[in-house]
Amino acid sequence: MRRLPPVAITAMVFVVGFALCTVQFPNFASTRVAANLLTDNAFLGIVAAGMTFVIISGGIDLSVGSVIGFTTVFVALAIERLGLPPLVAFAAILLLCAAFGAAMGAVIHVFDMPPFIVTLAGMFLARGASFLMSTESTPISAPLYSTVSDFAVRPPGGGRLTAIALIMLAVVAAGAVLLHFTRFGANVYALGGSRTTTALMGIPVGSMTVRIYMLSSVLAGLAGIVFSFYTAAGYSLSAVGVELDSIAAVVIGGTLLTGGQGSVVGTLLGVLIQGLIQTYINFDGTLSSWWTKIVTGILLFAFIALQQAMLGIARRAGPRKAGVHKS
Amino acid sequence: MMSRLLQSRGLAQIIALLVILAVDRAVSPQFFDLRMQDGRLFGSLIDVLNRGAPVALLALGMVLVIATRGIDLSVGAVMAISGAIAASLADAHGLPLALAAALGAGLLCGLWNGFLVAVLGIQPIVATLILMVAGRGVAQLITEGRIVTFTAPDLVWLGNGAVLGVPAPVVVVLGMLIVTGAVVRGSALGLLIEATGGNARASELAGIGTRGMILAVYVWCGLCAALAGVIAAADIMGADANNAGLWLELDAILAVVIGGTSLFGGRFSLVLAMVGALIIQAMNTGILLSGYPPEFNLVVKAAVVLVVLLLQSPRFANVGVVLGRARQ
Repeated sequence: MRRLPPVAITAMVFVVGFALCTVQFPNFASTRVAANLLTDNAFLGIVAAGMTFVIISGGIDLSVGSVIGFTTVFVALAIERLGLPPLVAFAAILLLCAAFGAAMGAVIHVFDMPPFIVTLAGMFLARGASFLMSTESTPISAPLYSTVSDFAVRPPGGGRLTAIALIMLAVVAAGAVLLHFTRFGANVYALGGSRTTTALMGIPVGSMTVRIYMLSSVLAGLAGIVFSFYTAAGYSLSAVGVELDSIAAVVIGGTLLTGGQGSVVGTLLGVLIQGLIQTYINFDGTLSSWWTKIVTGILLFAFIALQQAMLGIARRAGPRKAGVHKS
Repeated sequence: MMSRLLQSRGLAQIIALLVILAVDRAVSPQFFDLRMQDGRLFGSLIDVLNRGAPVALLALGMVLVIATRGIDLSVGAVMAISGAIAASLADAHGLPLALAAALGAGLLCGLWNGFLVAVLGIQPIVATLILMVAGRGVAQLITEGRIVTFTAPDLVWLGNGAVLGVPAPVVVVLGMLIVTGAVVRGSALGLLIEATGGNARASELAGIGTRGMILAVYVWCGLCAALAGVIAAADIMGADANNAGLWLELDAILAVVIGGTSLFGGRFSLVLAMVGALIIQAMNTGILLSGYPPEFNLVVKAAVVLVVLLLQSPRFANVGVVLGRARQ
């Protein structure tokens, strides 16, 4: 891995956390818990993988939660009302998501606007559009759905590694290869390092920006499909706030929010840490589920403070910048 | 300030507000009707002012933060926290203590955000994201997961009472606007805040205490958010940690941006941010009155954000340049 230290710290937090849970609840260390951890967080893992690319490139995508919600409604209505075969519906929604992401990337690049506000508009648009399609929860009863939810790899110990967990692991693996071993991935890091330098090096900044946001939206669409497998329904209010969860996962995974550093594997660990907190709260049974948010917030702060400290050290070691604090 | 407002800057916002009000009048003939009942004015117009009060308060704090090139995503969560505190304390301890505790909590939240941004040097989006994620959990712990209701009449008055016929939330907003305006525009403070947003390093070298300035605007923003939270809780006579102020940070940012304050910092207008908040609320009320499903709200908002941003974009000034770039 390119950036070992932050990922190593995230991995340590996860291992220590898992060990602490196991000490308190001996049943915790089972393939059943591990497999559920992957299944319950499959959609978050997929969308966070896309968010990793966006954040490493120095941007942010607030629209992903709404895109997931839109996708579930679109898929449910296309299958149940229009009678489309599920695979056709999936292809249509992924194309639509690609166009949506490309449009956001194009607006960001062409008009030189902050990604934060453009994707905020995208968030309103996608959520509003899903409200307009349907405000009710539409159950999906296509045969493909029961086939997929019945499918599972069964490791020893009673765990069920479901299809959606496998899809998530495949996306993370493909994302890691794309980020670390291709020219596209190298360009993503370059963009996050410095936009101007990247442009001067002759990398097409505009088409990179478009493709990065397209990737994020397509993965959000895929996460929406996975979410519809998970709940077997389409609902316009699903996945509200997932953009925050995925940003938190990316940061806890050791990716620098200013861009230029990070890894997809770290993001997966960040997702699993959030899942671990949730699972612990379920095991405990007396804690309010809101502790998930609070602990996530504390971890977020810890990792951001750590990044800031490391940046400070790097700055002091490197050539002194002309600036405010002359000493 | 008035003379500034009447010049070209701000004209677009005023016209937009008037157009939206005219559309509202077209869909609902009684829109401008006012009537007095139990010593309080009623009518759709008053409703726009009253419902818009929380977002207007948030925008009042947010506009200063954005002027320093920052952003505060945590205001919705701060609203939930202060509302929860006020609702839990109001019945047993009376209004002064409940209000002081709620505003104190907002102050602390603002101090925390300001500390992260000004002292640790963390990007504002990231720094305030922490409290946005964790804050609602804290509010939920304060209310112990329930919706806390209260009957303390003086706190209820803050949401439902009236001064000379004007609803109390509107009076609070006006008061805060005057106080904020007097402080930042009556002194050089506003100019220094704009300087900080325009170029922090140059301002620092020119002798402006940029850290103190940034800390102060986040504290003020936290305080405004806390006040908005108290009003929202007083309005429904209860605190719902799940939904109080949910997504209002986005409305507040939108109000500020519609008000012509650039997200890149360096200049701001308090009054136009208020007009921005009114535009948003007039749109919401209009959609409700027209009988369209409220779901249209989000789509309309998205379109408005895009149009306003395109108009603000430096590259939009020359359409030819834009087309040339698009062709590349």
